[in-house]
Amino acid sequence: MNAEGTSDEVVISYENVDKSFGSKVVLQDLSLQVRRGETLVMMGPSGIGKSVTLRHAVGLLHPDQGRVVVEGHDMSTIGQDDLIELRRRMGYLFQDGALINWLTVGENIALPLRENTNMTDAEIEERVAEKLGLVQMDGTQEQMPPSLSGGMRKRVGLARALVTNPEIVFFDEPNTGLDPEISMSVNHLIRDISERLNITSIVITHLVSCVMVVADRVVLIDQGRVFAEGTAEEFIHSKNERLQRFLAKPFD
Amino acid sequence: MNRLAQPLASAGYRVSLFLSVLARLHHVAKRRVMLMDQLYVGGFKVLHVVLLVGVSMGMVVALQTGLELARIGQQNSIGTLVALSMAREMGPFITAIIVAAASGSSIAAELGTMAVSEELDALEVLSIDRTSYLVVPRVVSLALLCPTLTILCDAVGIIGGGFVARSQLGVELPLYYDTVVEALQQPAEFIPVPKDVYCGLFKSFVFGIVIAVISCAAGIRARGGALAVGNATRAAVRDSIILTIILNYLMTWFFYQQ
Repeated sequence: MNAEGTSDEVVISYENVDKSFGSKVVLQDLSLQVRRGETLVMMGPSGIGKSVTLRHAVGLLHPDQGRVVVEGHDMSTIGQDDLIELRRRMGYLFQDGALINWLTVGENIALPLRENTNMTDAEIEERVAEKLGLVQMDGTQEQMPPSLSGGMRKRVGLARALVTNPEIVFFDEPNTGLDPEISMSVNHLIRDISERLNITSIVITHLVSCVMVVADRVVLIDQGRVFAEGTAEEFIHSKNERLQRFLAKPFD
Repeated sequence: MNRLAQPLASAGYRVSLFLSVLARLHHVAKRRVMLMDQLYVGGFKVLHVVLLVGVSMGMVVALQTGLELARIGQQNSIGTLVALSMAREMGPFITAIIVAAASGSSIAAELGTMAVSEELDALEVLSIDRTSYLVVPRVVSLALLCPTLTILCDAVGIIGGGFVARSQLGVELPLYYDTVVEALQQPAEFIPVPKDVYCGLFKSFVFGIVIAVISCAAGIRARGGALAVGNATRAAVRDSIILTIILNYLMTWFFYQQ
């Protein structure tokens, strides 16, 4: 079942991925595919390896067994030049924003444009203002990250993830630390850019409200592998007891 | 096996980081804003410590050796001893220890905090070359700062020695000045700088690079939380000082062996 705007072309593919840190097994025979234009929501208890799964897709981690293929490139064997080129087409929202603390909000968002493009200062400033507007942070270019609240840092991180107009975006808990109103607007923002720009994305969230707005497909990760998979509707109406337990209680 | 593997991996990473910096030295112009910032932070903020320790070391060297020389009536040579001690050993070494403790620890803590708060990962995902962006300005700044601070340390040490020579040993300042200048006359082979000054500054240049590379590597490899940042900072200062001592001996042997 394909959602509107989703093609059958597989963009991200996890193939029987195993990953351990010391004696702790995090991913075990994880297999998962994301198609072009699809927004896949990943749910599961805290510490189960959802962020680890995302990090494999951008080459920050490599599987012990199996492979992760993104846009036809095996992320374990991809050459440095191809990796840089591929990452320039990606955006990544880190859990805590991961803003560079000595740069202003505007400089943080402009960083990938200044480093990797030939855009003029005026063009960069315009793009930064546009993305800050998207996350309802207009006029905050001169503020420093330490003076921002957790939710504001998260939104600046979101603006930075989107500033290059990426084709693939990874959102690691985009709603954490946001008040319900902003959280819902971020959900709609993700939905909106996914549809308008045909972005392929993986979203990690614990919020059913986020799942309902953004998901084309939902997977529940448990014990290092995909435990359940389906649309948001199928998840909500599932009779599976374990799945309902997950959906009914806050995971944190 | 693990006990051996970890230090080897750490040493290997430092060497590879140093080579990466060499390959990116031409990025310095692009990183000039951060370089200026690092020069200010690493230089201006430790200047008073270098000056204070330098002048006191010059005074102590003058007093300790001067009292012994006075017993055999050779106190007039005190300028020679102070000048050579400061230029060859004390200046470069004192400066390196202060820079390792102040600037090296600061670099390791800063990059370590970035590592544990995912900022380094963010740079990588943004396709920003973190060696060029973070490491090159820090290595270049310490490579420039260490010799500069050493010149100042040498100068205030010799001035401090002169003060002691005059007040404690009764050596007139013009005589002290003449013996200092005469001691530092030995020319270097290829450049028009006195050999002792040149060798001291070359040592300092190497110490600056070593401290910066070790500190950057320690910070970048920090994993975990605040504890990891503390460990990285401690390791950076400890390893910088150990390597400074070893390299100091080797370079002294190289420059002054007969």
